[in-house]
Amino acid sequence: MNGLDQLIQFHQHALNLRAFRQQLLASNVANADTPGYKARDIDFAAALRDAAEGRGTGGLALGSSDARHLNGTRADEPAAVLYRGVQQPSIDGNTVDMDVERSRFAENAVHYEANLAFITAQIKLMQAALQG
Amino acid sequence: MSLLNIFDIAGSAMTAQSQRLNVVSSNLANADSITSSDGQPYRARQVVFQEQALGGATGSGVSVIRVIEDPSPGRRVYDPKNALADGEGYVTQTNVNVVDEMVNMISAARAYQNNVDIMNTAKTLMLKTLTLGQ
Repeated sequence: MNGLDQLIQFHQHALNLRAFRQQLLASNVANADTPGYKARDIDFAAALRDAAEGRGTGGLALGSSDARHLNGTRADEPAAVLYRGVQQPSIDGNTVDMDVERSRFAENAVHYEANLAFITAQIKLMQAALQG
Repeated sequence: MSLLNIFDIAGSAMTAQSQRLNVVSSNLANADSITSSDGQPYRARQVVFQEQALGGATGSGVSVIRVIEDPSPGRRVYDPKNALADGEGYVTQTNVNVVDEMVNMISAARAYQNNVDIMNTAKTLMLKTLTLGQ
């Protein structure tokens, strides 16, 4: 891998995780009134560490004795999906807390934009170095 | 691109909430109906939400799996001059609880607004992503 890739690779991982998390938080808000729905989220710090070190989703892997065995983790998910702790349980089994979800959603959106700004700045930096 | 899924997720929730609003308006419109096309008093209807997995995506939307009828008995009002009064002079009206329906309406409207906000945020983020590096 060359230096140009490495320069923005970390931010690429972060952006991927932010987009994934945004999707999960949108699902939580969409299912705010669904009986039995459990709010989901990811551990962002752990997921980013795993992604930066190339460890995959960070979930528990199944043991296998053959290379062709299924590995038991979903390859299309960039992070292990966890259930959020319940703060105010409701009688229909739904654990979505709208204040929490909205604040996390807003926070995640700001972080996403921050990541975009970082990448733009890195690209500008590299262009400046290339053009002299 | 996973941000695109947010449109499906929030869109499904908006559909479901508008369906709920539809049912609420039907209930409120019939809050004073004494009889319906089948001769029985109108029964309040409620939607039942269910989580709906989107193909291949981790996030899930929501859908209305069925509309149930409230089984509780209707209000009985003493009105012997009414043509529909029974032998004791009582008229059975609907079991629509107007207060419940108003609360349901506000809840559905707020949930709808929340999902509109979610969609707007996702759209802003995607547009910013498209101008990346400029």
